[in-house]
Formats: sequence, structure tokens, C-alpha cells
Amino acid sequence: MTILKEPDFGTPASTSSTSVTVEVDGIPVTVPEGTSVMRAAATSGIDIPKLCATDSLEPFGSCRLCLVEIDGRRGTPASCTTPVADGMKVRTQTPRLEKLRQGVMELYISDHPLDCLTCSANGDCELQDMSGAVGLRQVRYGYEGENHLSLEKDTSNPYFDFEPSKCISCSRCVRACGETQGTFALTIEGRGFESKVSPGGLSFMDSECVSCGACVQACPTATLQEKSVVQLGMPSRTVLTTCAYCGVGCSFKAELRGDELVRMVPYKDGGANEGHSCVKGRFAFGYATHPDRVLSPMIREKITDPWREVSWEEAISYTASRMREIQAGHGVGSIGGITSSRCTNEEVYVVQKLVRAAFGNNNVDTCARVCHSPTGYGLKQTFGESAGTQDFRSVAAADVIVVIGANPTDGHPVFASRMKRRLREGAKLVVIDPRRIDLVRSPHVEATHHLQLQPGTNVAVVNAFAHVVVTEGLVDEAFVASRCEGYEEWAAFIAQPENSPEVVESITGVPAAEIRAAARLYATAGNAAIYYGLGVTEHSQGSTMVMGMANLAMATGNVGRDGVGVNPLRGQNNVQGSCDMGSFPHELPGYRHVSDDAVRTVFEGVWGRSILPTPGLRIPNMFDSAIAGTFRGLFVQGEDIAQSDPNTAHVTAALTAMDLVVVQDLFLNETSKFAHVFLPGTSFLEKDGTFTNAERRINRVRPVMAPKTGKHEWRIVCELAAALGYDMPYTHPREIMDEIAALTPTFAGVSFAALDRLGSIQWPCNENAPTGTPTMHVDSFVRGKGKFVPTSFVPTSERTTRKFPLILTTGRILSQYNVGAQTRRTANIAWHPEDVLEIHPHDADVRGISDGDSVTLASRVGATSLRAVLSDRMPVGVVYTTFHHPVTGANVVTTENSDWATNCPEYKVTAVQVALRAQPVDAADATEATDELAPARERAVID
Amino acid sequence: MSATTPPTVRLANEIARQFHHQPPDTAAAAIANHIERFWDPRMRTDLQHHATTAPESLDPVALAAAKLVGS
Repeated sequence: MTILKEPDFGTPASTSSTSVTVEVDGIPVTVPEGTSVMRAAATSGIDIPKLCATDSLEPFGSCRLCLVEIDGRRGTPASCTTPVADGMKVRTQTPRLEKLRQGVMELYISDHPLDCLTCSANGDCELQDMSGAVGLRQVRYGYEGENHLSLEKDTSNPYFDFEPSKCISCSRCVRACGETQGTFALTIEGRGFESKVSPGGLSFMDSECVSCGACVQACPTATLQEKSVVQLGMPSRTVLTTCAYCGVGCSFKAELRGDELVRMVPYKDGGANEGHSCVKGRFAFGYATHPDRVLSPMIREKITDPWREVSWEEAISYTASRMREIQAGHGVGSIGGITSSRCTNEEVYVVQKLVRAAFGNNNVDTCARVCHSPTGYGLKQTFGESAGTQDFRSVAAADVIVVIGANPTDGHPVFASRMKRRLREGAKLVVIDPRRIDLVRSPHVEATHHLQLQPGTNVAVVNAFAHVVVTEGLVDEAFVASRCEGYEEWAAFIAQPENSPEVVESITGVPAAEIRAAARLYATAGNAAIYYGLGVTEHSQGSTMVMGMANLAMATGNVGRDGVGVNPLRGQNNVQGSCDMGSFPHELPGYRHVSDDAVRTVFEGVWGRSILPTPGLRIPNMFDSAIAGTFRGLFVQGEDIAQSDPNTAHVTAALTAMDLVVVQDLFLNETSKFAHVFLPGTSFLEKDGTFTNAERRINRVRPVMAPKTGKHEWRIVCELAAALGYDMPYTHPREIMDEIAALTPTFAGVSFAALDRLGSIQWPCNENAPTGTPTMHVDSFVRGKGKFVPTSFVPTSERTTRKFPLILTTGRILSQYNVGAQTRRTANIAWHPEDVLEIHPHDADVRGISDGDSVTLASRVGATSLRAVLSDRMPVGVVYTTFHHPVTGANVVTTENSDWATNCPEYKVTAVQVALRAQPVDAADATEATDELAPARERAVID
Repeated sequence: MSATTPPTVRLANEIARQFHHQPPDTAAAAIANHIERFWDPRMRTDLQHHATTAPESLDPVALAAAKLVGS
């Protein structure tokens, strides 16, 4: 399409259900009570000139351009700050208004550079537009007087420039930073003529700015402008698509000039983000065209051989023949595949179909194994569906928000902005996290309770919450009686003294009084919502904790309406989708067990192949079996298991032991060092399909450019299947979605056409819910009755010892994304050039460590080195790092411990020691301590 | 548990720890059910092999579960 300019109604929509009718320039218009005159006029098709108003921000009334006349009222009120009243008669164009507006514009223009023809915003400048709209023909004041034209440009931010000489002090950027993003990094500094926008008196790069882009989007002039627009010019066409980073799944307008992507602009009608963005989605897309991209297939006989570029035909034929050789020699079950949460639903679906129908086994797993598999298990057991309960909008109705093991401002920043908005409105916040995350205390947000628990004690804490609820008479008995089962047994268990806050205090380190107060707050809030992340799931009791949270929500009646629920914040853009698509070895698409004869029969009928009724191998099982010699061939779709999975030595030993490793990815990565076939993949800008975000929202991913590799990933998989003797003759990804819909009841109403019509769809979408389901379990749970499951606390077997006296926990930061394959290839590297170890000053002091020192981090399975950052965010005894850089190899030290139910790794609890290093070490040194890794590294070719 | 513990034994023992609060028979049945729903049959066979050849390596409840698991 041509460039998509969304209408701007000037002020936000009113949510009132009462209507009023007004007359604007003689045209009657009916709008909700509370609507501004400006918005009412825009609704009737009359655009009142404006500069400081935009419909993503509350009205401000500073520019004095939107003045109107209202019958019976004196003066010329600002239409943006004046609400409509029933029967009101408004005039937007009169000689008096014309003169006033021209006077205002004259003043603006007298202090504005007259470089429109060479300005980067030429053609997309509201000041330019308004000059035309008000009919400005002269500036009587001249340009010789005092002005701001010589103010220095700030180019410090890698993605946008700040040119204060073009600023009209409308405050849209300042308000966007506060209202939309919630960071409050910008302010109007000075008074009167000296007033100017400032990032706290610093450069943008040195300020608190998080580069979300909200200010750039709000700016009506070229004051805040994307560098890409400055360099390339204004885009001329738009493609609506979906971000490929976190599980928020923001909708974006990809704006192009010819075939060149100029910028990504958040889409106002995007259901997940409603016009907001973060630094990754907004700006960090340069990796898609990075010169490191591999664009041709490559093969090699042995991993010590150099790569050899080959044709697609040869790569696919080679892969198929070696897969069949392995199966001939070692059995049908000796090969398998891993799907990726960075790929579309359609791409994932064909990989699991390849495994089940062409490989003939159920050895398919997905990277959700190492993040949210406990969510799938826990919510299925208790609620009956492996998905979160709410849409993101729901947080606006929450009275108490409990954040457990998540760091939304870094991991899910666009949702965090929604959450912070609600907190500024007065909702209470409880944070349960060993680390003092930003949400605990940030501008205009402060947690009522921060329960700084000992890592590995989540279940003890959630049980103590429930103990308080049950023993203090805070149970929603009507909800429990009508909606749930198993309550009596569970209540008897949870009421036992061992679950009381007083008893668990010595285990969790959280004062009993704090737990009691937080539990009472949650139970009596009205609407209480739980949001959680990998700090819940990546534990030996990850699944138990998910069930514990579900128990708590059911006991207090906090399920099935707006503002409540149990909500996983998914790490990657398509974690939910990849799980939905049957990526787990025990489940077909739609979370239906492979042992279900009726379900299998339906798939077998369409696929024309029999499906094994027994589960296949999970990823960790594949590694164990590879080392044992029984699993010898692996197809890895878009996941760098050698960097992201725990106990690197074990993973690389497994990869080294295999006869064939096939990697489908954008870049050569750590895993590809052990690969025999490299099939180049496509970036999200090239993909055609759908992603499903953490709120079950299915969004279209539309191709912005043709595949740089010459072939879509789904087609590669289909061709591989064909080479293995199994046809998957799709001609377009819409046909894949049609098959998914035909076979999966929760997707029955989903199609590309429906998505184009509705914008997005939250599953379940079927005849009962033709436009989707924003909130689940409204009248009954998916499984019928919600099931209470007793959740005994069992301490992790990972304990501190004299040799390893500290606990390591891991996470990610705002500017980087998972293993960093994408974000390290963008200017985001400016914010995070290396992974660092956060350590409490006391723990550092006793080890003689100063801020910035190089330290060795060692566990019982390995050692690495990185730089120490002293921080009291961490409690004494706990250290923290990220895993965005392969050179650090954070997972060299994480262990084989995992969630008992799903084998999700226990990333969040590793006993370690930290010691000062005299000199920095390289990655090879860092892995010396691992016996298992040594032979693997000897055989690997370091590209 | 040592690094040389067979994976299926380690995993079964980890599951068993979660069911220690239940009566042994109930726990064994629940563990067996879990293993049947989520483990590849080869892993079940391997567990049963260890249950026969090295029963001392298994938690008693895991051992009881291994005997209930269909391969």
C-alpha cells in the first residue's frame, strides 16, 4: 500500500457509555460523554488546526492553535481541553479564529529555521501543514531578533537526532515519555523564552532515555527525527507487520522507500501495543540486512571440514539422504527436530509435520522447552489450557498487580508501559523477585511490597500466600464452590503449619509479616492479576509454581474477567504459537496428546501417514541420547542451542556426537560450529505468515521484501519432506494456516482472510467465538472445573557449598534479546557491549573485587570470566548475569538441573563461586574446567 | 547425585522427590502416569532396565513407579 497515515483525532477516545450530541459547524455529531470538542469535530470530518495535541496523549492546551467559538460561551476556548456538552454548538472557522491562529503561527515560524525544502521532515511536518492550514502568508516580526536557531544538535543516540533549533516546545515528546512510555526522561527545562526540551540536562545517550521512540513519533516537526529518515528520505509505502522480538508481539508499520526499509513505526491499531514500541522493535532491525547473513546453503562432510556453498537442490538432497542413512542404521527414532519461537506458526507447523509424518516419530521439541514449558504444563493441569488468561489491555482494570520472576521494563517493555500507566493511576504493586528490578522503584511507581526471596523458593512463597488466604478466611467461597474442584484436599494441605509465612520465612528469607500483608492485599484487592516470567518457570519446581499461582488465583476468584488472571510474559515473539503448533513431543497441534486415538485419526486422515501414539524425545533427552549414541541426526530451526541451553559442555558434547546436525538460521552461530548442513533462513521482514503473542493474539507477519535467500523457510522444509518421500504440496502459507484451522478446534475460525479483516485474533476462535477470545475461562474453565493441585515445596538439589557459596541467577536486559544474534548486529550494542556480573558490594568486598574488575565465575560444571559490576540490586549471596554474548558463555556454568515435570532448565539457581582474575580470559580459557567439552572443542571448527 | 548417574534415573528420582508428600502407592502411580504421558518409550525401557539391574540407584518411590510403567 502507499504510505499509511493513521487519522489523528487530537485527543484520546472517551470510554463513557453515555452519548451526547453536539453541532460542529452545523454538522450534528454524537460522541461519548467526555469527548473533547477537537475529537468530536474530527469525528465529524472537521480537522481543527493543532500542534500540541495528538490522540495518543492527554490534552495539554498549550499551542493555542485549536481555538474555537462556542455559542453561549465567552472567549475562544482550546478545543482539545474543552469537553463536549449536550446541545453544544461549535464553530471552528471564523474570521476571529483565523486571525488568532495566524498570529500564533507567525510567532512559531519567527523562531523556526526556514529550511523546509531541505528539512528531513519535509512532507511529514505538522508545523508545515498547519502553516498551510491557517493560511499563513507572512511573518511580520523578521528573523533578526533573539531566537533558538543556533542551538546545538544532539546526535548521541544511534537511532535518532535531537535538533532543538526546530523545537516548538509543544511538550508532546515530554508527555509521550511520561504518559506513553512511563520513563519521564524528558522535561521542559527553563522558563519563558528559555524553555526547552531536555533529557535531564544530559545528552540523550547519557540520559535515562530508553530509546523507545515515543518522543520521535510524537514530535510534530523534525526536532526528533530518525537518522534513517535523515539519511534515506521520507518513506513512500507501508507494509503492516509484526515485530519479531519479545512475546508482546507489537504491530508495526514497516515504511519503505522503494524496496529499502526506512523505519518501523508502531501501529496505533495494533491490539498488543496500540501505537507504542521499544528500542528493539522500533529501531533494531538492521540485523536483517547485516553482511553476516548467510544467503546460500552450505554443507560439509565433517565439522572439521570447511563449509562448501551448494545449490538448494544439493543441500536438500544431501540432508535427506543422510537422514535416511541414519534411520537405516540406527532406527526411525534416531533423528528429530527442534522448532523455533522466532519462526512463524506456519514454519513451525511444517517442521513438526516433517518430524511426525516424514521422519515417522515424535522427536520434535521447541525452544519453549527452556523457557515456558512449565506454563503449558501447569495451566493445562489447573485451568485446562496451556495459555495465559487475559489480553494485555486487561491490566488497565487491575487493582493489584503481582509481578513474579519477571522484569517487564527490560523483557517486555511495551507491556510494562501499560502496567506502569495503571500503577500511576493507583493500582498497587507487589514484586516477588530476588533482584530489585526497576519496577520496584521508578518515577511515579513504587512497589507496596518487594518480596526479595531466596532463589529457588518461589513455591514456598506462593504456598504461604495461599496459606494466609485459606486460614484468614479470604477465600472466594462462591467462586470456588461453583467453578472449581479439589478444593477441600488442597485447602487441608495448604493450611498446614509448614506452609505458614512464619515457617517459610527461614527458607525464603522473606519476613512473614511482609508475606501476610502482600497476601491480604492480593486477596482483598477487588481485581488482582499475576504476571510472571522465567523467574517462575526456570526452576526445578517451575511447573509446581505455575500450578501454585493458579491455585491462588482460583481461591481468590481472580480468574475469568477483566483485570485479573494468571499471565505468562512469553520471552520470544512466537513462544505461544510454536507451542500451539504441536511442537512438544507429546502433543499434536492444539495441545492434544499423541495417545488420543481420535485426535491422531483426524491428523492421520489429512496427513496420510500414521502417527506414533507415544511421546518422543525432549531436547535434553535428545542430548542425553546423542551422548549415549542412540540419537544421531537433528534438524534445528532458528535456535542456537549451543549458546542458549544450559551446561554448554553437555550440549556441545551431544552435538559433536551426532552424525548430522542441520541448522536453519540467519547467521552462522555457536550451534553451526557443530553442523554439517546450513540452510539459510529468512528474517521477519521476509516472512509471510503469523505470530501468536503472549495474549494468544494471532497477528499477520507480512513480507516487506523478498527472501534474500531465494526461498521461504516453509518451502525448504516442504522440499526436504518431499526428498524424504513425503509430499507437503502447499503453494502459499495461507494454505498451511487453513490446514491448521481444519485440524485444530481452537483455531477453527482463523485464516489469513479473517486476520486481514479483523486485524488480529485471540484464540480460541471458532463458531462459539468468531472474532476470538480476549479473556479465557469466563463462565467455566476450559477443563470444566478449575482444578486445585497440592503444591508441596521441595527445595532444589542445587545447594550452595563452601566451594560454591553464591547463587547465580540469569536474565536479560532491555537493549538485547536472548543470545544476541539479532541485537548484537545492531547499534543496540552501544548499550550493552558485554555481559557483566552484578554482585552485591559485600560479596565483592570480601573477595577483593572492585567495580569493573575481571572475575572468574565458576560452578561445578564449568567456568567463564566477565566483568564485575557492584550493585545492591542483588541481595547478599546472589549474583546475576545475562547471556547475550557468546564470548561470555554464561551457560557454561549452568547445570543439568531441570523442572521435574517438563525438564525446563533451572537457569535461575546455580551454585557458583566468584573470584578476582588478574587478566581477562578468552572464551576458550573459560571452558577449560569442563572435561566433557574438551573433546568437543577439539573437533569443532571455530569459524 | 553424581554426574555419572544415568539420565533416566536422575529424572525419575527428581520426579519422585516431588511426590514424597503422598502415600507411596499413590505417589508411585502418579509418577508412572507422568512418565507414560511424557517419556519416550525408550527412556521408559531404560528406566526399567536400571530398576532391574541397579535398583539401589532409584528412589524407592521411583523404583515402585518404574515397575508400574508400561514400556
